[in-house]
Amino acid sequence: MHIREEQSERHVLSLTVTNEAGILARIAGLFSARGYNIESLTVADIGTDHQISRITVVTNGPPKVIDQIIAQLDRLVPVHRVVDLTDNGPFVERELALVKVAGTGDDRIEALRIADVFRAKVVDTTIGSFIFEITGPTDKIDSFVALMRQIGLVEVGRTGVVGLVRGGKEA
Amino acid sequence: MAERSGADILVQCLVDLGVDTVFGYPGGAVLPIYDAIYNHPTIKHILVRHEQGATHMAEGYARSTGKPGVVLVTSGPGATNAVTGITDALMDSIPMIVITGQVPTQLIGTDAFQEADTVGITRHCSKHNYLVKDPGRLAPVVHEAFHIATTGRPGPVVIDIPKNVQIATAPYTRPEGFEHQSYRPASAPDAVAIDAAVEMILKADRPILYTGGGVINSGPEAATLLRELAHRTGAPVTSTLMGLGAFPATDPSWLGMLGMHGTYEANLAMNQADLIVCLGARFDDRVTGRLDAFAPHSQKIHVDIDRSSVNKTVAVDLPVIADVGRAMAAIIAGLDARGYTKPDLSEWWARIDGWRAKNSLGYDDGATEIMPQRAIADLYKATLATGKDTIITTEVGQHQMWAAQHFGFDAPNKWLTSGGLGTMGYGFPAAIGAQVANPDSLVICIAGDASIQMNIQELGTATQYRLPVKIFILNNEYMGMVRQWQELTYESRYSNSYSDSLPDFVKLAEAYGWTGIRIEGPQELEAGIRQMIETPGPVLVDCRVAKLSNCFPMIPSGAAHTEMLLDPSQVKGSMSDEAKALV
Ligand SMILES: Cc1ncc(C[n+]2csc(CCOP(=O)(O)OP(=O)(O)O)c2C)c(N)n1
Repeated sequence: MHIREEQSERHVLSLTVTNEAGILARIAGLFSARGYNIESLTVADIGTDHQISRITVVTNGPPKVIDQIIAQLDRLVPVHRVVDLTDNGPFVERELALVKVAGTGDDRIEALRIADVFRAKVVDTTIGSFIFEITGPTDKIDSFVALMRQIGLVEVGRTGVVGLVRGGKEA
Repeated sequence: MAERSGADILVQCLVDLGVDTVFGYPGGAVLPIYDAIYNHPTIKHILVRHEQGATHMAEGYARSTGKPGVVLVTSGPGATNAVTGITDALMDSIPMIVITGQVPTQLIGTDAFQEADTVGITRHCSKHNYLVKDPGRLAPVVHEAFHIATTGRPGPVVIDIPKNVQIATAPYTRPEGFEHQSYRPASAPDAVAIDAAVEMILKADRPILYTGGGVINSGPEAATLLRELAHRTGAPVTSTLMGLGAFPATDPSWLGMLGMHGTYEANLAMNQADLIVCLGARFDDRVTGRLDAFAPHSQKIHVDIDRSSVNKTVAVDLPVIADVGRAMAAIIAGLDARGYTKPDLSEWWARIDGWRAKNSLGYDDGATEIMPQRAIADLYKATLATGKDTIITTEVGQHQMWAAQHFGFDAPNKWLTSGGLGTMGYGFPAAIGAQVANPDSLVICIAGDASIQMNIQELGTATQYRLPVKIFILNNEYMGMVRQWQELTYESRYSNSYSDSLPDFVKLAEAYGWTGIRIEGPQELEAGIRQMIETPGPVLVDCRVAKLSNCFPMIPSGAAHTEMLLDPSQVKGSMSDEAKALV
């Protein structure tokens, strides 16, 4: 007997939650307890009074599972709202990465040239290395990192995705 | 304002919230609370023998009254012992408050004596939980906890209180009704959805009402509305294990329980229906059998207060997210508004009668052995004859299914069983909790010889509080349900399913000051049951039943409703790996 997997879709979910102790464990634990996937998860306080945080979760699963994830998140007591950005019209998603690349000579020049194409900023430099700061959608960062890997990638730090719906209104 | 200690504030909250009973067990981290309830004039404390017992007692109290059950335990092992009951209450939507002691705040995280991460451990087996670090927060948290436990889909809420917070002081004012920022459970049904539901009912030729524990959670009014809906539409009614009693078993529209050990007529009617109205049930795997073969010809309306129950396993045509009682009231009003009159469902009923004629719950009485089904049927008869309000609890296994099949329930809150988690060890403490809440009722725990041993220590609790609970053990000397699956799946290799070294249950009962009765053969059955009912005080009956009886009908896991096994002759003794892998 073999275990079968279903076709999955990537969704970006945006949650507003009460900023209380254990909230992150509650959300992350729900995903692990029910066997849902987390590609990335970001959380930060967004209110003036430190009462509310926004959590952005990138997940994947078959459509039925995505619906379940939303319903399960929604019934957690400290969760105010869950919006499926992927299913809510156009939205903007961004991620920030710091990418450390080592190299000399032509490699150095090539790294700067690629960084320019990707609009990545140099935020630190030594004779033999750069740290680039790059923001963009996940796939853009993926391609940047893939190119840098060929040049001399040392390490990467990524924030995970945040996102908002386009236009003047709240989602 | 005069300040009060955290422990006093907690107790005052319990009084203000109408709590009359707490099931608990003391320990270092809750001593201040125990001192605050010492000789309390209105809160009765039931001292259990194991914290798991306290949680199931609270469940029994809650399920038999509709009020939340309250548990008080110490930190560390007290809290971890409560985890099974908390999980059980979550699975079966039982309102429960569990108050746990915690090491003082300054010691949290230091691996202090009897420290356990209670909020961490219970985070995913409770509806919600709190660690209260400030006595000033206690009152709002306790009131909010009761609100969350009892509204929406009910469930267990854990409040972890460090010892120094129980001692530190704060002013107390009784919190007044509040609007929760983020917790707003559904309640009133959406008018458009109700209209659509009415429309679907109007068109149905083969409707069925598939009801569950939600009808019971919604309150006695919901059970009345269910009756009305069934009679107005003429539709047959079936129920999950958790919903038994919401619709009277003596009503001609009753098909019996559905699912794995449900009746032939209930499962076939589900399979052949053109409209399934699911009322407070959740298409659990025990009910649906193989999903791709489940009710293939039907449209489905799903009324549930919890949106996450909808489309979880079975895709439905119309979700109605609301309290099931209010939804039924709105549907009935909608039918009235359309001038609906009961349609002619005689063709549908003729088919159902055909399935009924199979008599799927039938069994042959043994000459020398008591058939377990007979024992339940006789117990049912005897309790009816007493005319007393009767509450039945069960442990988990074959006896539980036989009780569900052969005991008839005509009212809600009289049937207490562990459905979702299937917790052996639930039934006896649940009976104690129900008896505490209903001192004049006849409370009987139908048990198996294995299950009863899981919380047997609570015999002492019943003795101490003079609770006249009855335990009726269907003693087959096996973990019968395990043995049955081994017969179905593993060619009868009885790996560790024999109940070896059983105690002498009669002597054990007597050792605790109970009356013990042994029933050994069919000729002793009636008298033994009568003696159990008539003997005042707690009574344990060791009823020796046929050792190798199996529970039928049965839809083996992974099979369709139409592939039901009606009797032992249909058992093959082995299964495919796919079927074996299912629970
Ligand atoms: C705490 C717990 N452990 C294990 C099981 C698995 N299990 C389900 S039924 C059963 C056997 C129950 O035997 P008994 O109480 O004698 O009842 P019978 O089936 O014989 O009526 C077991 C072990 C369970 N449900 N709960």
